Amino acid sequence: MIRVAVIRFPGSNCDEDTLRAFKLAGADAYFVWHRERSLHGADIVVLPGGFAFGDYLRAGAIARFSPVMDAVCRHAREGGPVLGICNGFQVLCEANLLPGALARNAGLTFVSRPVRVRVEATDTPFTRLCPPGAIFTLPVAHGEGRYVAPPERIEELESEGRVVLRYVEGTNPNGSANDIAGITNRERNVVGIMPHPERAVDPLLGSAEGFTMFTSAVQSTALTSGGAP
Amino acid sequence: MNRRAVEPYPGDPPVTEALVAEHGLNQEEYRRIREILGREPTFSELGIFSALWSEHCSYKHSKEVLRQFPTSGPRVILGPGENAGVLRIGQGWAVAFKIESHNHPSAVEPYQGAATGVGGILRDVFAMGARPVALLNSLRFGPLGEARNRYLLAGVVRGIGDYGNCVGVPTVGGEVDFGASYTANPLVNAMCVGLLREESLMRAVATGEGNLLVVLGSRTGRDGIHGAAFASETLGEASEARRPQVQVGDPFTEKLLLEACLELIGSGAVVAIQDMGAAGLTSSSAEMAARGGMGVELDTSLVPTREPGMTPYEILLSESQERMLLVVQPDALPRVREIAAKWELEATPIGKLTSDGWYRVRHGERLVVEIPARRLIEDCPIYQPEARESEETRRRRSLTPPQSAVDPQAALLRLLDVPGIASKRWVYEQYDSTVRAATVIGPGADAAVVRVPDTEIGLALCTDGNSRYVLLDPYEGGKAAVAEAARNVACVGATPIGITNCLNFGSPERPEIFFQFREACRGIADACRALEIPVTGGNVSFYNESPAGAVDPTPVIGMVGLLENVELAVRSWFANPDDAIILLGDCRGHLGGSAFWAHILETVGGCPPSVDLTAERSLILLLVELSRRKLLTSAHDLSDGGLGVALAECCIGSPYQERGMGARVDLTHLQGALDASALLYAEEPGRVILSAPAANQEAILKLAAERGVAARVIGTVGSEDGLLEVRLKDGDFVLPVSRLRDIYFAAIPRRMGVGVMAEGVP
Repeated sequence: MIRVAVIRFPGSNCDEDTLRAFKLAGADAYFVWHRERSLHGADIVVLPGGFAFGDYLRAGAIARFSPVMDAVCRHAREGGPVLGICNGFQVLCEANLLPGALARNAGLTFVSRPVRVRVEATDTPFTRLCPPGAIFTLPVAHGEGRYVAPPERIEELESEGRVVLRYVEGTNPNGSANDIAGITNRERNVVGIMPHPERAVDPLLGSAEGFTMFTSAVQSTALTSGGAP
Repeated sequence: MNRRAVEPYPGDPPVTEALVAEHGLNQEEYRRIREILGREPTFSELGIFSALWSEHCSYKHSKEVLRQFPTSGPRVILGPGENAGVLRIGQGWAVAFKIESHNHPSAVEPYQGAATGVGGILRDVFAMGARPVALLNSLRFGPLGEARNRYLLAGVVRGIGDYGNCVGVPTVGGEVDFGASYTANPLVNAMCVGLLREESLMRAVATGEGNLLVVLGSRTGRDGIHGAAFASETLGEASEARRPQVQVGDPFTEKLLLEACLELIGSGAVVAIQDMGAAGLTSSSAEMAARGGMGVELDTSLVPTREPGMTPYEILLSESQERMLLVVQPDALPRVREIAAKWELEATPIGKLTSDGWYRVRHGERLVVEIPARRLIEDCPIYQPEARESEETRRRRSLTPPQSAVDPQAALLRLLDVPGIASKRWVYEQYDSTVRAATVIGPGADAAVVRVPDTEIGLALCTDGNSRYVLLDPYEGGKAAVAEAARNVACVGATPIGITNCLNFGSPERPEIFFQFREACRGIADACRALEIPVTGGNVSFYNESPAGAVDPTPVIGMVGLLENVELAVRSWFANPDDAIILLGDCRGHLGGSAFWAHILETVGGCPPSVDLTAERSLILLLVELSRRKLLTSAHDLSDGGLGVALAECCIGSPYQERGMGARVDLTHLQGALDASALLYAEEPGRVILSAPAANQEAILKLAAERGVAARVIGTVGSEDGLLEVRLKDGDFVLPVSRLRDIYFAAIPRRMGVGVMAEGVP
């Protein structure tokens, strides 16, 4: 069974939702407390949403110094799949596992609503099973989700096909550069996204379109590691 | 214990008549305090009496009236009197819920006032051992034409959002209304709903001589000193100076406190827990001890403080946020400290329970407080104030608006632009409504629905209150608030099972205000009895006054409904072309007290419609049955703006569907002798618009007839992005739904000065 470590900071609040989504996708998902130094043999690492340390200073700025982050960075460097959702994306940027930063929303208020995003890159573990160009309805809920980076960095992301999710034109909720909703690193194993696919895994809750990201992760990891999903 | 006389703390002011008055105690109350003590109180003792005998803590003006609420029922596990009420919902699960006001703090510091209101109500719920799963609120502001009211709305909404969003509890519903009386005194009521396993219920009853009192959470600072007393006085010119009394919220610490408390309760290491809310350490220690018949001995010098030099008075009365008081057996202390440390919190023993019946406080060696514990809580004077309806209210009830020709179509467009009626999207998009991944129906519908994890059970939740009705006829207004809330949860298919109420009024010392209060409560009680819905708790907020006068009387009902199968939850909007549109309930053209009179004819007056509780009961049972039999596409309650606005809302739909649905409606058969405006905008209660596949029409009409509920097919749902076509005897009208949507969704952003940026950044 694919082992998924869901990292738990004291202020994580999407941890349980994320764990449940991975379990639903057939993974052996478990929590790892931020003070731990081992990932307990994780195949996939996830940094869930929330407010890791209250984020009064800057989202993710303190979380990157948590003891567990050494192991997360090692896992990423060794090519292991890492997903950061919302606050987790912010932490990945702060930890330099992904370029750029997430700034205060252009409208200056917290934004909670369903948005439509297009899957732009299917060569990551988390989008491998998504039809290229698929449009998903996923909730966003953040105050700091405006993706910013120097122009040359944005250009690089675009030319290397590293924009993973993009807000459908006219639905960008936060003023992100190039409507970017999620990106990946050059090696394609680390992905950060602002929308919450873990809240869209059941039609009863309005959308099940986020589920493919979890099944993608579990199945593609099973293939590359040669194990059963 | 070595007996020592009580002595004042060095530097404390002498207790003078002026100081007593400043503490909000009258002469008779002060006389009683001296009689209880057999001497003059110390400054700290004066502070303690002042806090516990404040209206906020003692309910001294309201207790007698509140007694009439029905509080028992087969589902009630815990009624009023503790942190929150608790109801049984099946499969071993229980729901804990409560609503509370934070009006005064929000009036002077909207952001922190509202944020800490959310913090306090969350703590009330997790203190019971329940995990908070939903927040709701009920807000009132002055008209948005005034800059200060926009500032208050923006600050309050941001405060509510930042707090709940950070803690990770979805804000799934609520209501916002506007009126001139709220300009100087906005209302901010927050409701929290939590889930627990029945066996893990934690009480706030201190027992066991020698058990320790332990402070858990934030350090105690000088913020919020005497907030309970502040809440119990009228707002005035000097209120701005109260700003330092408004507490400062720290939602991250709240999140830690939440997790720590639930882990502590689960570990069995604590005997009792109470939030250190209003009147902080004083009320939490005295109330928990009183419930268990225990005495208390505290040492304020042991309380961790944010700054040196705090006096016992300050420590006892500080309302610093994110603190809990625990009762812990001495041998469990190491375990408590271990769990606290995991969550990076301090757990500090500051005293113990005694059996000698005294409430004693030392500061180091010095004994500064010594009060008979039982009398401190029980001997607070209870008042039965004079109640008399004002001439002004009687005059208003007899008002009729000047006759004027109103085009019903123009009236609809104007009503949809009234901020109290229009979409609250601007507000609720600032609240995370989907965290915890259990929100089946979110904000904007008749009631929100959340799923109980790993079950098929759903909770339907809403808050409701119509101050215009209560102003004109408090008894009928009280009934209407309960009936509307019950109807709202029934519309989504849920059975109403319990309410919490937040009773926002002016000064009870004025007979006309006390009349409003007494009558509104009588109405709430009668409605609850008729509908068999127990009241499990709530909050009374008096003194909502400024030099400009009292707020309109605003009892707010927080309703919990139960859906046995959450998959059967019914939406509020039309969804399928060619569905039949069915109106439940009768149209009598009763415009008294209506939004139409208030906003179109500018007359707040007339008799509001009377609620027929027997009919409401039948309607509720019918709605639940229709949902169970899966006969409906949608159900939407008629409220402000009557049939006209409700029809428009059914067509407008959710802001997240790209287009609304058209409808063809023929009202000529309903109309009788009524003119179009009376038919469209009257607000008789007990009415609901349904949509359903045409094939289900006969079954629905038959079930309605069996229940004695009037039901008529009034039209069919049209095409997506179509037209709302209304046929009337005296003139038809046709409006593109896209135009209705534009008005309805823009009304508040337009007034808040929000341009393209927040709506969707180009």
